[in-house]
Amino acid sequence: MSEWQPKILAILCNWCSYAGADLAGVSRMQYPPNIRVVRVPCSGRVDPLFIMKSLQSGFDGVLVSGCHPGDCHYISGNYVARRKFAVLKPLLEFIGIEPNRVQFSWISAGEGERFATVVTKITEDVRKLGPSTRLVKKL
Amino acid sequence: MNVVNDLRKTIKKLLAEKKIDLFVGWEKGSLPMAATPIFITNEDEADRIVFDITCGNNLSVYFTKDKKQFADKKVGIAVKGCDARSVVLNILEKQIDRANVVMVGVPCHGVLDKKKVLAKTDGREVLELIDGGDTVTLKGNGYELSSDRSEILSSSCLSCIYPDAQEYDIFVGEPRGEVPNENRLKEIKEFEAMSTSEKWASTRAEYEKCIRCYACRNVCPSCYCNVCFVDQNDPAWIGNTCDFTDSMVFHIIRNLHVAGRCVECGACERACPMDINLLLLNRKVAMEVKDRFGDVAGLDINGKPAMVDFREDEKQDFIMG
Repeated sequence: MSEWQPKILAILCNWCSYAGADLAGVSRMQYPPNIRVVRVPCSGRVDPLFIMKSLQSGFDGVLVSGCHPGDCHYISGNYVARRKFAVLKPLLEFIGIEPNRVQFSWISAGEGERFATVVTKITEDVRKLGPSTRLVKKL
Repeated sequence: MNVVNDLRKTIKKLLAEKKIDLFVGWEKGSLPMAATPIFITNEDEADRIVFDITCGNNLSVYFTKDKKQFADKKVGIAVKGCDARSVVLNILEKQIDRANVVMVGVPCHGVLDKKKVLAKTDGREVLELIDGGDTVTLKGNGYELSSDRSEILSSSCLSCIYPDAQEYDIFVGEPRGEVPNENRLKEIKEFEAMSTSEKWASTRAEYEKCIRCYACRNVCPSCYCNVCFVDQNDPAWIGNTCDFTDSMVFHIIRNLHVAGRCVECGACERACPMDINLLLLNRKVAMEVKDRFGDVAGLDINGKPAMVDFREDEKQDFIMG
């Protein structure tokens, strides 16, 4: 079998980050093929349960991305999301999940380049950590 | 026992003046270490009320889990510091109307943790418990011993800052005031000093004990969804197993659901049959909420629970580059 490749779930908001990913694509930018994209209406739609569930199902990393603060299509979705993530991230670190497995970013529809950079960064971070084992359900 | 007498008098007066239809308090339980919640509707019953180290139940749980009982009724409730914060949260979350609640504050000196008492008596059954203030006397078959109050207190009480109700209509007895509790975050700091793998090993050892009885959820005044996410079967978020990852996901998500709403009453920890150190994560989340958003759950009756609020200029150090 070939070398292990990290599997990363990218939860992207419809209005900014998903469009940013699209821009990266149509601009033919190169970034690692390790992400699987889930499109959500808004980063505020992201329940921490989705993140936990994906770690439990065996994803090695999770990236959640939404519009920059102030740019939310629904005015305040990303502000609410930010509070959730602000508590989730320290909590995960506290219980001993590697800090880089779950990451958050703001990517606008015009930032195709930034999307490529963010995906490259999280892929490298997760590659360094190796396969996820801590919360993976093996039944 | 002046506090108890005053409390009884207060209840009688409230009922006589028809200011309340129902009073929720504690009575002596059939077991010596646990007072039982009691609902009082007529004055004569008020003499059954007690208040001591065994009154651990957070009574505000009835407001959210037994709503029908309270529909269109004026309810009096005895509240310790943590209970009062729960009631305030219930009010903020529109579960009850402030005008329909008469909060009777009682000065709390902490409640006991049964497991700590049993450790003290080497597992021997306690047949009688006398709350003598600073010392508590435990009597059983062929033994009698006294313990410092602080040695058998619930861990939530040892880290308590607000022993008095901050919101109340009547306060019975002398308020204790805010307790500066320097040790509150000690355990968290020690835990944080460990490496990631040590933290994980420690968390795993603790939560592997979980048998998913949901006692922690059931006793929690902030956990009152009609259908809890663990009980949903379409989609079934969490497997009905004792698998460690299922339990861990349950506990993390429950912690986040009560983020900014947990008043650290410790009811979950006292209810836990497996003696899991549940409050550690709750305290960590409360600490983050306070540091980042400046909120303490249930202190401000005019405020908003932290997680439904936001400010535009919040710290976002955790966002990538």
